[in-house]
Formats: sequence, C-alpha cells, structure tokens
Amino acid sequence: MTSEKPLLEIRGLVIEATSYPPGEAPKNVTLVHGVDVTLQKGRVLGLIGESGAGKSTIGLSSMAYGRGGVRLTGGEILLNGREIREARPATLRQIRGREVTYVSQSAAASFNPSKRLMDQVIETSLSHKIMSKPEAEARAVMLFRKLGLPSPETIGSRYPHQVSGGQLQRVMTAMALCPKPDLVIFDEPTTALDVTTQIDVLAAIKEAIQDTGVAALYITHDLAVVAQVADEIMVLRHGKKVELGTTDQIINRPAEDYTKALVSVRGIEHDEKPEAPPLLRIDCVSARYAGTTFDVLKNISIGLPAGQTLAVVGESGSGKSTLARAITGLLPPTKGRIHFDGRQLSADFAGRSRDDLRQIQMIYQMADTAMNPRQTVGTIIGRPLEFYFGLKGSARDKRVQELLDQIEMGRGFADRYPAELSGGQKQRVCIARALAAKPKLIICDEVTSALDPLVADGILKLLLELQAETQMAYLFITHDLATVRAIADKIAVMYKGEVRRYGQKSDVLAPPFDDYTDLLLSSVPEMRLGWLEEVIAHRKANGTTSGNTV
Amino acid sequence: MHPIVKLLVQRIALGLVLLLAVSAVIFLGVEALPGDTAQAILGQSATPQALENLRAQMGLDQPALTRYFNWLGGVMTGDLGKALTNGVDISQAIGQRLGNTLFLAGCAAVIAVPLALILGAVAARYAGRWPDKVISAVTLTTISLPEFVAAYFVIYLLTILFPVFQPVAMVFPGMSFWAKLQAVALPVIVLVMVVLAHMMRMTRAAILNVMQSAYIETAELKGLSPMTIIWKHAFPNAIAPVISVVAINLAYLVVGVVVVEVVFSYNALGQYLVDHVTKRDLPVVQAVGLIFAAVYIGLNIIADVTAIIANPRLRHPK
Repeated sequence: MTSEKPLLEIRGLVIEATSYPPGEAPKNVTLVHGVDVTLQKGRVLGLIGESGAGKSTIGLSSMAYGRGGVRLTGGEILLNGREIREARPATLRQIRGREVTYVSQSAAASFNPSKRLMDQVIETSLSHKIMSKPEAEARAVMLFRKLGLPSPETIGSRYPHQVSGGQLQRVMTAMALCPKPDLVIFDEPTTALDVTTQIDVLAAIKEAIQDTGVAALYITHDLAVVAQVADEIMVLRHGKKVELGTTDQIINRPAEDYTKALVSVRGIEHDEKPEAPPLLRIDCVSARYAGTTFDVLKNISIGLPAGQTLAVVGESGSGKSTLARAITGLLPPTKGRIHFDGRQLSADFAGRSRDDLRQIQMIYQMADTAMNPRQTVGTIIGRPLEFYFGLKGSARDKRVQELLDQIEMGRGFADRYPAELSGGQKQRVCIARALAAKPKLIICDEVTSALDPLVADGILKLLLELQAETQMAYLFITHDLATVRAIADKIAVMYKGEVRRYGQKSDVLAPPFDDYTDLLLSSVPEMRLGWLEEVIAHRKANGTTSGNTV
Repeated sequence: MHPIVKLLVQRIALGLVLLLAVSAVIFLGVEALPGDTAQAILGQSATPQALENLRAQMGLDQPALTRYFNWLGGVMTGDLGKALTNGVDISQAIGQRLGNTLFLAGCAAVIAVPLALILGAVAARYAGRWPDKVISAVTLTTISLPEFVAAYFVIYLLTILFPVFQPVAMVFPGMSFWAKLQAVALPVIVLVMVVLAHMMRMTRAAILNVMQSAYIETAELKGLSPMTIIWKHAFPNAIAPVISVVAINLAYLVVGVVVVEVVFSYNALGQYLVDHVTKRDLPVVQAVGLIFAAVYIGLNIIADVTAIIANPRLRHPK
C-alpha cells in the first residue's frame, strides 16, 4: 500500500477568507493553517471536529473548490499526482465530477427541484463522456438497488420533493458514485437524518464504498458515526490537525487531550430523582392542526414533578414539538386537560393569566432566530423583567447582571448584540431570558441539537445546576438519546403522535422493550468498532426491518 | 381533480370576474364625465328638446344599470356600437387596427423576449465584470430615452445616415407579409429598445438569486460549465418572476405604444383611441378601454398559469 502513489496528497494547505464583522472593516481570517492529508486509493479517512474546525473546507479543497469566497492560498494539493490548487477553471471542471465527487449534508437542498432525479444522477457521466446514456442509467439503477432504495427501476423518474430525506441522501450517494470517481467526499451525509434512518443510510454508504472500492473523505462531527466507516481518523480543531491515527487508536487510545474530550463527551452523571406528585399533568390530550382531519397528538397522558426533568424523545414528525405547543396553549387541544400547579390551565394561551404565562417558559433549538438581532443582550433579558415584574432602570440592569452571572457570562455582555456571540453563548442568553421570568417549568425544544458536543455539554451542565438551585422542572424535547440518558428523570418515547413508552428513566431504558423503543435505542451509534455490522446482522437475523420512515 | 387543473380553472375564473369588474369601472368612468353622448353630438348650443329627442332615440334616457347591461350584452355578442363621429361600426374599425397592433407587438416581442433572456443570462454569468456592465449600461440608456427621442434617433440613423428603411410605417390590407415586416422594422427596433432593459434586469436578478442555492454548488462540483449551470440548473428555477415581467412588457407593447404609432404614422389601436378621445367619441373610448383591459388581464393570466406549470411541486404532487 505505502509504496503506491497516494490518490490525494495535501501538503501545508492554507485556506483564507475575508470576514465582515458588523461595524468593522473587513479583515482576512485564516481558516486552515498548514494541514497535511494523505489518502491512498480505496481507503476511507474520517475528518472530525467541531463546527469551524475546517473539516468541510479541507474536504472541498480536494476538488480545489472554495465555498463562498474561501481562497486556497498556500500549500500543495496533489490529486492522482497532479497539482490542482492553482489549476485553471477548465482543468478543474475535468476533475470535478470525474475524479472527485461530493455528497452534501442536505441532499434536499442539493438537488435541483425542477429536474428528475435520474437526469441529475447521470448528468456527470454524460457531460464528462464517461459512458453512454443507457450505460449510465443502468449503472444508476444498479446503485439505487445497492443503496437499498425502493423501486430502483422507477425512482429515477421522480422529482426531489417526491422522495423522503433519507432516500434523497442515498440518491445523492448514487449520484456521487455513478461516474466511477476515484474519491468521494461525504460531508456530514447522515447528520440531518433521524437516528433510525441514519443507521440504514450509514450501512448503505459503507457497503457501497466497499463494493466499488472508491476512496472517501468522511466528514462529520460525530465520532461514533465515523468510527463505523473510516480506516483512519484525523481530528481537527481551529483549522489545525490535532491528531491522526487509525480508527481503533483514536477511539480506544486517544493521545491528545482534545481527542480524549471528544471521545468521553457526555461525561455528565445525573442520578434519577424518585417519583413525586406532578407539577404538570397532561390527561388524555389530543390535538390537530386547523383544516386537517387527523390527530397529531393522540391521547397523551404524562406528568412531570417539580424540580425534575421529563425527556420527550422521538423522530422528526413524532409530535414532540406539537406537545410543547399544546402545553403552552399555542395549539389548544381538541380533547383532554392540562393541569399545572394543582389548577387546570385554560387550553388557549389567550385565556391564561399573565402569571400563568410567566410560570411556563420556552427555549428553542435555533437561538439565532429566537432573538431580535437588533436588540442588545441586556434588552432581550430585560424584557421579561419589565413585562412580568415591572422592573425598570437600575433595578432592571442589576437583575440582568445577576442573570448573566447565573449563566456564567461575564460583565460587558449586556451591551452586545446576538451577532457578536457564539452559538453556545446565544443559547445561554435564551436560557437567561427564560430564567428571568422565574418560571416553575421550562420547555426546552431541542436546545442542544444545533450545538457542538462540547458546547452542548456545557449547556446541559448549566441547566442541571440551575435546576438544583431553583427547583425548576424541565420538559426536555430531543431526538438525542445520549442527552436523555445524561439529564432525564422521566422519559416519554413518542412515535406518530402517541406516547409509546413512559415512566422513570431506569424503567424506560431497561428491557423488555417494545419494538419501536428497541429500534430507537439500538440505532444510536456507539463509539466502538464493528457496532454497525453487529446491529445490521442482528436485525437481519431477527427479521426486523429498518425504520419505517425510510 | 389534478391540483394544477383546479388552480388553472381558479385563475381563469378570477380573470373573468376581474374583467367584468373592469367593464363596470370603465362604464362608470365614462358615465362620470360631464355631459353625455347626445350632448357631445349636438354640441353646447343644442336645445333641450333636441337633446331629449336624441337621448330617447339612443336609449340614453334609460337608467344607467340598464344601459350598462345593454352595452355588456352587445360586447358579448361582438357588437361594440357605432362611432358617433362617423357612424362607422366600432367592431369593424377596431378589427383592422387590432390586427396591426398585434402584428407590431408580436414582431417586437419575438425579438425582445429571447434577446432579454439571453442578455440577462450573460449578465448573470459575468456579474460585476465588463460584459455585465456593458449590457446594463446599454439597456438602461435605451430605456431612459423617451420613445419619441429614440424613434427620431433611429429614423435619423437608418433612413438618413444609412438609408435602409423608410421612415413611415404604412401598412394596408393586401400587403405581403415580407413587405409588412419591412414596413414595421423601425418601430419594432424602437419598441425593443424600450422593453429590453426591464426584462433583462429581472432575468439577471432572478438567476443571480437562484445561483446562491445549494444545488448550484452541486452543479459546480459536477464540473459543469458556467453557461450549462445557468441554462440547465438556474434558469428553470428562476422563471416565475421573469414570466410576470415579460407579461407586463408584452401588455405594454399592445396598449402603451401610441407615441411610436404616431411618430411612424402606423395605423393601429393607440392612435385610434387617442383620436377619438380628442373627439369625445365615448363609445369608442369605452370599447378600446375594454379591449386593453382584456389584453392586460389575459396576459397576466397566461403568466400566472405558466409560472404554475413551471413549478414541479405543483406539476407532480407527492
């Protein structure tokens, strides 16, 4: 292997971009500082790191492509022995789509909505004159079948909006493999999928890589995922290489502290609290959206004691967020009752008193869009103080500062705008805003899903500390079972608008499981070699089919 | 029913309702003018008795609502009434001129629309570079010129400096198609200059907007050439806003070109309307107004329908 010439050799790669900070002059920033990558034919290298680590930027540089004004300013990129960093556009067009292809995170956005899938899948094979149209179509159908797509003969005649997200991700993989490239870049190909869908797509990708003998760069932030497909893993941080090693070495014997932190993430331990009378009690609640004829919530009955955390888990579309809308009164239930603090709440939020509204606060997934970008942090946190408690002037400022201290953000943040904060800081501000109302219940809707693992961990720790201090209850909506294990006291597993399993954490996570919970739990990637094969083999043996959303 | 058929039926029904409303507005507008047709015929010095007789004869003594429905009934059956000034049947007089109007507008559109789309795509391809700047500068200059200035400029250039065309665009029945084309060459050039910029700018903007999409990046990473990316991946998704601007400009070519008609002595609807406005020939004004409204509404319905059909989500529901 080593004697052979590498397929891809990147030496001392430097990548720069121009940043436009608000209110300041544009400045040059370096995204990647002299990274080396070597990839042999038919091997899979995982690139892992948090957002901003430069994973995608490095991945795309193997096609000499800079996304959105990014410039490849230094170093060498040798593809099949030929330097491409400074190659002319016409030369690059010969390489892109022929020697290297790309699978993006969001297949839904990456397909042209007005063209049939087949035309897009075989486009490169035809434009580069790699094969004839009948040959390309036959190969596409073969790949559709290999990737486990339903009706492989005819799915190509559909439009992108006519197939599901998981299917689209596989079609994109087929599109990348169709022109028989030497190298495929997989850029977070399963990150946007539900966990039960992810496992099937991951298995399909792995099998396709093995069968076609293509080399791959597999980019992800999820170490457990990359451990299933990569031969080697490179850990990146702030555009620099932290560590490079075989998959086995990185996950079992990491050398660097940062890698150790990534491997041992979710180090939060939380002892389950005993059963107690509920603060929030939901009895037989059903709900539907106006103008529709089916219930999106079906007969939900759950309870949440004061000072405890109830995790609501499920896939997208299972009704988790709708449940939050029913509790807050944004979507009044068609049936059932909601009791809070010993009283029945009005179904519609308009019928609730200001104090009732104050008691239940929300934190959202996208902290970005949950804040007015033209208000300072001080104004954002100060608003509920004014609205609920009538605090003004210096009294308000003092309380804002106390809240900022509580979320472990120092002085000076009150005058900043959301755009000046990092993702984790923004979410902390949203927590402070919820905290400002002194609620008894906070509904957390996927609050850590958009954050990097280490940052998410910090947020979860903060939430647990605040709970210990103030005895707030959390209704924690998430699709991430690792988070659930870390912080929940009680768990409700939702599927298609129903609660499939509900109870104390230790009971819910202990066998015997119902079919759905079993599927959900066994789909969560584990950070060890051979996990994927085990699960797939186990499912084949049991005759259990994969997630039915696929 | 296929949702697209439902949408189409809705749009067309809506257009008809709109046309009915416009007819009422036109009728009311003419009604609101001081004096009436009888007054216009007999002049200021008419005796009250003569006025009354004429009104009774023309049915003008009927209530407005009755007269509106009589008029509407006539329109439905193709009878637009008679012109006051010369007693000629309006439908006949309009028929000939409407043909001339549509011929001129059609010739201008056949050149202007494809040219605008191509120039827009080229400008988008080289956005911010010199081809874009040249195209923008030229088209913005031509749209900024008043039509008559552009017209005299073109006449000077192509009949005096380089005498290839005649300055007067006379067409008459029995002329060969080729001769007609030669006759309208100059006004067509002027009209193309006038409508080009608007459609070109919208094409450019719509394509540049789509060029931000992730699927354009996919196309770039497939190694496709920039022009292929624009035509095959960007343009089909940029078409909806372009279509509506094209429709507005086509409508303008039909109803708004009286100045060009006058400069080139081209006998078409615009001139006919203006002539009869000055003569206070109200039945003609009403009739031509309704035809213009129908053209506007019709073209906008076509634009809507095309935009709907161009949307794959509506064409191929889940």
